[in-house]
Amino acid sequence: MANFFDKSDLTRKDVDEIVSDTLKNCDDGELYFENSKSESILLDDNKIKSSNYSSDLGFGFRAVSNEVVAYSHSNEISKDSLKSSSKNLKSTLKSSKGIYNHEIPKTNNKFYDDINPIEQKTLDSKLEVLNKVNDYLRKKDSKVKQVTASFSGEQKSIEIIRSGGEALTDIRPLIRFNVSVMLEKNGRKETGVYGIGGRQSYDDYLKDDNWKNVCEEALRIASVNLDSKPAPAGEMKVVLGPGWPAILIHEAIGHGLEGDFNRKKTSAFHNLMGQKVASEGVTIVDDGTIDKRRGSLTIDDEGTPTERTVLIENGILKNFMQDRLNARLMNTRSTGSGRRENYKHIVLPRMRNTMMLSGTQTQDEMIKSVDKGIFAVSFGGGQVDITSGKFVFNCTEAYEINNGKIGSPIKGATLIGDGPSILKEVSMVGNDMMMDPGIGTCGKAGQGVPVGVAQPSILINKMTVGGTKL
Amino acid sequence: MVKNQEYLKTKASYCLDLAKKLGATDASVTVGNSISETVSFRNKALDESNRSDSLAISIETYIDKKKSSISSSNLLEENLQTLIKKCFETTKITPEDEFNSLPDKNLLAKNIKNLNLYDESHLENDQKIHYLKELEETASIDKKIINTESGFTENKSNFILANSDGFCDGYKSSSFTASSVTVAKDENSMERDYEFTSRCHLNDIIKAKELGEIAANQTIKKLSPKKIGSDKISIIFDKRISKGFLSSFAGAISSSAIARGTSFLKDKINQQVFSNSINVIDKPDLIKGMGSQSFDSEGVKSETLNLVNDGILKNYLVDTYNGKKLNLKSNGRSGGSTNLYFENGQISYEELLKMHSRCLYVTETIGHGTNLVTGDYSVGATGFLVENGEFKYPVNEITIAGNFNDMFKNITLANDLEFKYSVNAPTMMIDGMTVAGK
Repeated sequence: MANFFDKSDLTRKDVDEIVSDTLKNCDDGELYFENSKSESILLDDNKIKSSNYSSDLGFGFRAVSNEVVAYSHSNEISKDSLKSSSKNLKSTLKSSKGIYNHEIPKTNNKFYDDINPIEQKTLDSKLEVLNKVNDYLRKKDSKVKQVTASFSGEQKSIEIIRSGGEALTDIRPLIRFNVSVMLEKNGRKETGVYGIGGRQSYDDYLKDDNWKNVCEEALRIASVNLDSKPAPAGEMKVVLGPGWPAILIHEAIGHGLEGDFNRKKTSAFHNLMGQKVASEGVTIVDDGTIDKRRGSLTIDDEGTPTERTVLIENGILKNFMQDRLNARLMNTRSTGSGRRENYKHIVLPRMRNTMMLSGTQTQDEMIKSVDKGIFAVSFGGGQVDITSGKFVFNCTEAYEINNGKIGSPIKGATLIGDGPSILKEVSMVGNDMMMDPGIGTCGKAGQGVPVGVAQPSILINKMTVGGTKL
Repeated sequence: MVKNQEYLKTKASYCLDLAKKLGATDASVTVGNSISETVSFRNKALDESNRSDSLAISIETYIDKKKSSISSSNLLEENLQTLIKKCFETTKITPEDEFNSLPDKNLLAKNIKNLNLYDESHLENDQKIHYLKELEETASIDKKIINTESGFTENKSNFILANSDGFCDGYKSSSFTASSVTVAKDENSMERDYEFTSRCHLNDIIKAKELGEIAANQTIKKLSPKKIGSDKISIIFDKRISKGFLSSFAGAISSSAIARGTSFLKDKINQQVFSNSINVIDKPDLIKGMGSQSFDSEGVKSETLNLVNDGILKNYLVDTYNGKKLNLKSNGRSGGSTNLYFENGQISYEELLKMHSRCLYVTETIGHGTNLVTGDYSVGATGFLVENGEFKYPVNEITIAGNFNDMFKNITLANDLEFKYSVNAPTMMIDGMTVAGK
């Protein structure tokens, strides 16, 4: 474990003293050190467009008193800098009369290895794969007019120092490999994007020419879209494919079940605990403990071990996702969901890997049951208005369904629905649950964190499809 | 206090010298420091205070046509040495790209104008708290408002951009931002809306009481929304949404999208892309402008560009690399548009509302349904149904869709342009879009 302040004038004793002194009348808080090393290599327009390496070291100091959070961060690691942060926190919380909560559960679990994926593979070999991707796609199909391929890798080391000297550490690898391809036919252009990633080394993902599968998938999506027709407009039945379309669950339900929005009563779900919020057969969990997944964490950014939190069980709302602050104020425990983008940001309750579990029906049965509707296979981004509960997401691959049969592909359209009611409209849950390929980033309050999603195929009775064809 | 120019210049020249010594043929460095202090309130009580002090350095090294870059927040010499060596080593094995180069020397900015982007006023936390108290008092007067959140951020930044062709300049800037988010509830619904203000100078921001009042009124008006049926209907975009079309337009005419061929506006220069009454201007030297700059992120001077004249596309936003690819000179837009706006239309806001007997007035959109390759547009929307110029009832859970190629040619602008942000537009009507609802 790297010592975060061995090149500064700080000793561990100094740090412990400053932390304990600053937090002595507070309910909670910690000093968070972070050292991240990251790289991104981009091939675009037949060339290696950029290769960037970045290293960032800094601390974030948090003091919590009742509902109030005081935060100060800096990338200057020195006694002066830490003391000035301490002074800043103390002046904000000068009348604080809290009792520091020392309880942090411990874990021996680890969901990824202490590796630095950047150093495990030479730059040359990464450049070689990117060039192969470019050549492969351009040879494969003469309609290919543009190829973008990228690697990004990161190793983030953190140490959380709590009042009394308790220290918790974690080393988190993360990689992503992405391919985007643009096709042109008769003047029409369409793109297809696919990527994979997780908390692993590049080689685990790229062995056996696995990069070719990523290329094929991006190419397939772009080809489908080249033949797409304008999407229909209006309310209709929607079949969602398994895997990545679970960002519907993430947007529609997930955000509304985060502790902060419910403590503040701004979520449409805040008074629905224990009530039926989804059709029978719908079970949704948020799981930070799946081996090497993008959304997994050994400990969260407050030091709490992550867990598998059941949010909705057979249609009934069971739990919210909590960080320490919201858990304390709502008289419950942290679910290990306290996360931050980096040391520059405060902790918020966030999702990890959000999954709807398998049911018993098949995708075929769902398609056959639909007279007129759409079959959505892949999505771009989504967004939700927590308060009104309305959410949207954008199809990047979708088809018409006519009389129980899959028809022509349709252009990217936005789907809009109502979070609290959408899960009651789920009438079939498939037996084919699948994880997404490991590419999700969730944004909240200006902070992006890596997340995962999973779901089986599902049939939704009624959603509004935002096409142009009336 | 943010680090001064001398400190930043010393760090920048240290890096340039070292890169040169290692064998880099060219190099450029940006060093910046930003200090930002935020206080947030919730339901009339202090919720959060946040102080952030960020140093950042980014370095690009060139060996002829090979290029690589690094960035870091750690400005200690020992760390800089390690990183620059790493950057240089990476550059050696990075393939050549014939278009890689520093900007042309004769395009670099000289005689930097003072655009009055820095206000040295400083508000202590107690003064920020006072502003937020006043704001939340007015925001929560109406009983239908059940939750208020507000924040005040003061930011001071300074930076230096230096390159091995001798360019070395930078300047301070400041911003003061206040926001109010309110939640209202009635027997049918719970709704949220917001208002914010952000300016370089403290005296120019909206007064606390006014900000709270606007946010609360906008939120209450949204209560008990209805969903309307699917329809082709004229849509009026509130100013806070209409400016978004300009941002999409700027993305589509960026030289990188044009050079890569991934823009629906590729090869459209000197062609009609908007209705013939439309003019779009990008003005970098607006005094106190939120998007103002004396030079772009490569040091290239930037001048006012008439991007669209009488509906005809006249210019792309060009940087050095993509400019060379397209055989165009950089026009100082590495980093995108500056102060981008539509010139005012011919009719008033009221006249615009009355142009059709029935139309949809959109105040908020959600989702990322903008495809700049095809121009396809489809997003979730909330707003109001307007009949004969009068707001009838709030509308939500609908989507609006069209294609920019058609939408841009069916724009009518009101004459209510204001310069509040870096991108500004008057209220806008677009005919011929599709609403999907019930």
